[in-house]
Amino acid sequence: MPAKPSVLSARTPAPPAGVFAFARIGGWGGLALAIALLTVIPVAVIFSAWLTPEADILGHLAEFVLPELLSNTFWLLLGVGLGVTILGVSLAWLTAMCEFPGRKFFSWALLLPLAMPAYVLAFVMIGLLDYTGPLQTWLREAFGPMKLPQIRSRGGVILVMALALYPYVYLIARNAFLSQGRAALEAAQSLGLNRWQGFRRVALPMARPWIAAGLMLALMETLADFGTVAIFNYDTFTTAIYKAWFSLFSLSAASQLSSILILLVLVLALAEQRTRSHMKYSGVGRAASHRRIRLARGQALGATLYASLVFGIAFLVPLIQLLLWAKGAAATDLDSRYWEFLRNSLGLSALGAAIVCALALLLAYAGRQRPGPLMQLVQRIATIGYAFPGTVLAVGIFIPVAWLDNVIIDLLKTQGWQGTEVLKGTLLVMLLAYAVRFLAVGFGPVDSGLQRVTRNIDEAARVMGTGTLSLLSRVHLPMLKASLFTAAALAFVDIMKEMPITLMTRPFGWDTLAVRVFEMTAEGEWERAALPSVAIILAGLVPIIFLAGRGDNTHA
Amino acid sequence: MLKLDQVSQAYGSREVVKNLSFNLLPGQIGCLLGPSGCGKTTVLRCIAGFEPVAAGLIAIGNETVSSPARLTPPEKRRIGMVFQDYALFPHLSVTGNIAFGLGALGKQEKQERVDELLALTGLLDTANKYPHQLSGGQQQRVALARALAPRPRLLLMDEPFSNLDVELRERLTQEVRDILRREGMTALIVTHDQNEAFALADVVGVMHEGAIQQWDTPYNLYHQPANRFVADFVGQGAFLPGLVLNNEMVEIELGVLHGVIPTDCDATGCGQCVLDCCVDVLLRPDDIVHDDDSLLQAEIENKAFRGADFLYTLKLPSGARVLSLVPSHHDHAIGEHIGIKLAADHVVAFRRAGANAP
Repeated sequence: MPAKPSVLSARTPAPPAGVFAFARIGGWGGLALAIALLTVIPVAVIFSAWLTPEADILGHLAEFVLPELLSNTFWLLLGVGLGVTILGVSLAWLTAMCEFPGRKFFSWALLLPLAMPAYVLAFVMIGLLDYTGPLQTWLREAFGPMKLPQIRSRGGVILVMALALYPYVYLIARNAFLSQGRAALEAAQSLGLNRWQGFRRVALPMARPWIAAGLMLALMETLADFGTVAIFNYDTFTTAIYKAWFSLFSLSAASQLSSILILLVLVLALAEQRTRSHMKYSGVGRAASHRRIRLARGQALGATLYASLVFGIAFLVPLIQLLLWAKGAAATDLDSRYWEFLRNSLGLSALGAAIVCALALLLAYAGRQRPGPLMQLVQRIATIGYAFPGTVLAVGIFIPVAWLDNVIIDLLKTQGWQGTEVLKGTLLVMLLAYAVRFLAVGFGPVDSGLQRVTRNIDEAARVMGTGTLSLLSRVHLPMLKASLFTAAALAFVDIMKEMPITLMTRPFGWDTLAVRVFEMTAEGEWERAALPSVAIILAGLVPIIFLAGRGDNTHA
Repeated sequence: MLKLDQVSQAYGSREVVKNLSFNLLPGQIGCLLGPSGCGKTTVLRCIAGFEPVAAGLIAIGNETVSSPARLTPPEKRRIGMVFQDYALFPHLSVTGNIAFGLGALGKQEKQERVDELLALTGLLDTANKYPHQLSGGQQQRVALARALAPRPRLLLMDEPFSNLDVELRERLTQEVRDILRREGMTALIVTHDQNEAFALADVVGVMHEGAIQQWDTPYNLYHQPANRFVADFVGQGAFLPGLVLNNEMVEIELGVLHGVIPTDCDATGCGQCVLDCCVDVLLRPDDIVHDDDSLLQAEIENKAFRGADFLYTLKLPSGARVLSLVPSHHDHAIGEHIGIKLAADHVVAFRRAGANAP
């Protein structure tokens, strides 16, 4: 029998890293590169806009728009950064390391705000706290006219975003504190440090890389946010990009603004990836063996009060308000159009999740078949899209697809075909943008799932007479089932919440729940925006339950 | 049953296995013993068919499975393999794991074979459990049962006990040996642990730098090491300089040793080790016994209590060091001088490193 190279070749020595390795990287490498191109092309397109500058628009931007955008963005990042760090770290420390009434409940409940998109929290807060809202009206009636701080302000946006995004820091920091265990802290105490010094000098520095990673994620979300700042009329790059495209009809201006935004984002993404490489020294002591710090009575009550306050403002009160509004609007709005939004949302999310899973699986397999530093780089590039704001991706993918469309139309016209669009009117742009933005969400679980299928497991199956196909069906798929399900669920929910990509690239008639929320809030119709929001939140609760379950396992 | 003939394997320009040859008879348990990086696992992977061979051939039964021109894929070789990390399928129960390779059998026969192996490996209670619910020793047994289930022609085991604690390792080694015997299995085991090798194998190949240094029974490896590396790697001992008096006598500091002086006492085969040749003589700890009446005195430099006996490191008047195994009621302090005498019944000598043949 001749040598059979297919599967065995994967075991032959890895090709040397370097430029020439491209020539040897083969089918899997080519596939991974193709997936990575999905993220590279939009960025390249956006930067290429500088090659054909439109002087008048550029001048207008530089003079009237950019200074405000930059200062708005700066204050937003600073405020939200401080807010999420303080909220996230303090709550993580309390629920991970201390004992107080309600700790068990809060340790997962404090994750729930993740299910409420920032743009939903934003309009609820405005509805509640505005001059005409119930709180101010009641205060005026009770205490007479008074001047209260405006919710529609820079402080208001920062407050809302910090409340919506702190769970990123909370989740990661909490896991860090839990996995540190008490061993390090007890060592510090045995060396004469008190509890507070131990926190400051040992626990906090040990958790710093994790906290930083969570902070970077929260800041990336802040930069990517479109819905919240749109509701507050607080101009940032995302809203400016939207206006440049849909009010000024200048894709070139939109691209140029996008390119500035993407530079900011890439700085954050690089910082985040750097901090990840420091997230190594976790295994000091076993998490299982740790006993919590007992707070004194007053302190414990304070902790409970603090956690309740955050949970109430960030989730419970807004949810109740939403449900009340939704109940009011249900009578008139719960019609066939609403079901259409829901159907579109679910259909798009399912389709997008399927694409994300398929690409994630291919990318992970490529890494398994052709491991090496080059493949790692390709995988990293392919999954960097989570950092790209939706508005940027919408522009960066629409432009090349529109160009391709024109090429095809010209080609078809020579065949006598009459029409103005082939690809543009389809879901293609939107689905591609989803794929780029949420590939990392799917890749994470799929890749770590595939890591558990060790080479020895493959070889054990092969020694027992299993061929390649039956290896897939009898070993790989059963072992990857849970990971694929997680990946699909996470991508599904993220796409469901997604606003700017859908808003900017949806084909005619494809309005979703998120688009409906945008349209209603643009008109100040909070009640009517509440109904679709409730559906989005319900879907968003699914992955939170996953996350909460996982968090509980680590300290059971 | 298994035959390797002049097998070589290289990664790039680095040759990891060189001209390796050995045979296993049906039912024989063989073992490749060597330090990590000596190429023993590569040999195993070549036999399994996961690595091609660069030169030579491998035959299982009478069928050539590997040669530079031919590579029968692993799934066609009808061999069983136990992996270092067991590589159990986490999504299948113990029964599912054991039945995995029984594709061709009917349902009834499958169940019978699984039950048979569950009984053989003492896993009846765990039949429906999943790998993560099992202890390390149980996982090891599942891996063995899974590999044995399809009645392979040959069983390969890669460091099968290295993930277990010492006590369990010793017990399981015995168990595994009994199981292999009962199944009449031909097996090749790779390990770096000589206790494991000695306890399991009929025949052991000591490997170093990609080559087999000696292929022999455990007894001979210990008492008749073929070269310095084997002498060093297998068992404990010390070398003392000696002078060859004639081809039956060697004089060392402790006296004159009688025995056949191997003419090929050196691995390079000087063949000239005759009169007046300087050699190094291997002395095992049991070659030197404690004797209070002996005139020969040595200073105790170090001692290790091992329960039934002490292992003393002794410094001879010349400054050379030897090891001695002494019953544990002879408890002497470090620095004390004790009487010793030679109790070696044969000579193991190698030409002194750097010494020239006369």
